[in-house]
Amino acid sequence: MLFGQVKGTAVCTQKYPGTDGLKLLLVQPVDKHLKPLGGLQVAADVVQAGPGDLCVMVRSREAALALPDIKFVPVDLTLVGIVDELNVHPDGEFNYTLKKGLNQFT
Amino acid sequence: MIIGKVVGTIVTTISHAHFKHHRLLVVQPFSLEEGDTSGDFVALDNSQAGIGDTVLVLREGSGARQVLNNKDACVISVIVGIVDSVSIA
Repeated sequence: MLFGQVKGTAVCTQKYPGTDGLKLLLVQPVDKHLKPLGGLQVAADVVQAGPGDLCVMVRSREAALALPDIKFVPVDLTLVGIVDELNVHPDGEFNYTLKKGLNQFT
Repeated sequence: MIIGKVVGTIVTTISHAHFKHHRLLVVQPFSLEEGDTSGDFVALDNSQAGIGDTVLVLREGSGARQVLNNKDACVISVIVGIVDSVSIA
């Protein structure tokens, strides 16, 4: 699961059966510091997000499972939550490197 | 499954019904290389983990559905354990 920022909407008049009425949004996947990761992608929306919203998205098979009625549709990215508050500690605060030997965490 | 560190918390008021009653956390995977801070992701908490905890994360939808006991859950990453120590040969 990953973060995405809504950049715009996509409208399709002809859609695959089962995806009618689905809201499609253009999203920019971002990392924990909200830096863009790759290019724009199209995501289905079930939480009524709007442009500028930071969202949580799911990929792969689970994206289709997030849709309300039909679960077997060609969808591979869905917005499942709107982020109200994000609290991320800076990179220097924790050590993400595993050293040789025993790494004790508690 | 991967090992990562919990580095952030997420508050959502509007979210999918399958995400209710669980916390969403930001997880940074561990690396063998110094200074590698890429590959962070969002995971659903199933083990009462908090910021700074080293956690075991399941990153596969079918396993996540089994853990959450919901055959339609739209969840991929679930925190399934808190790691005490790791030994690297």
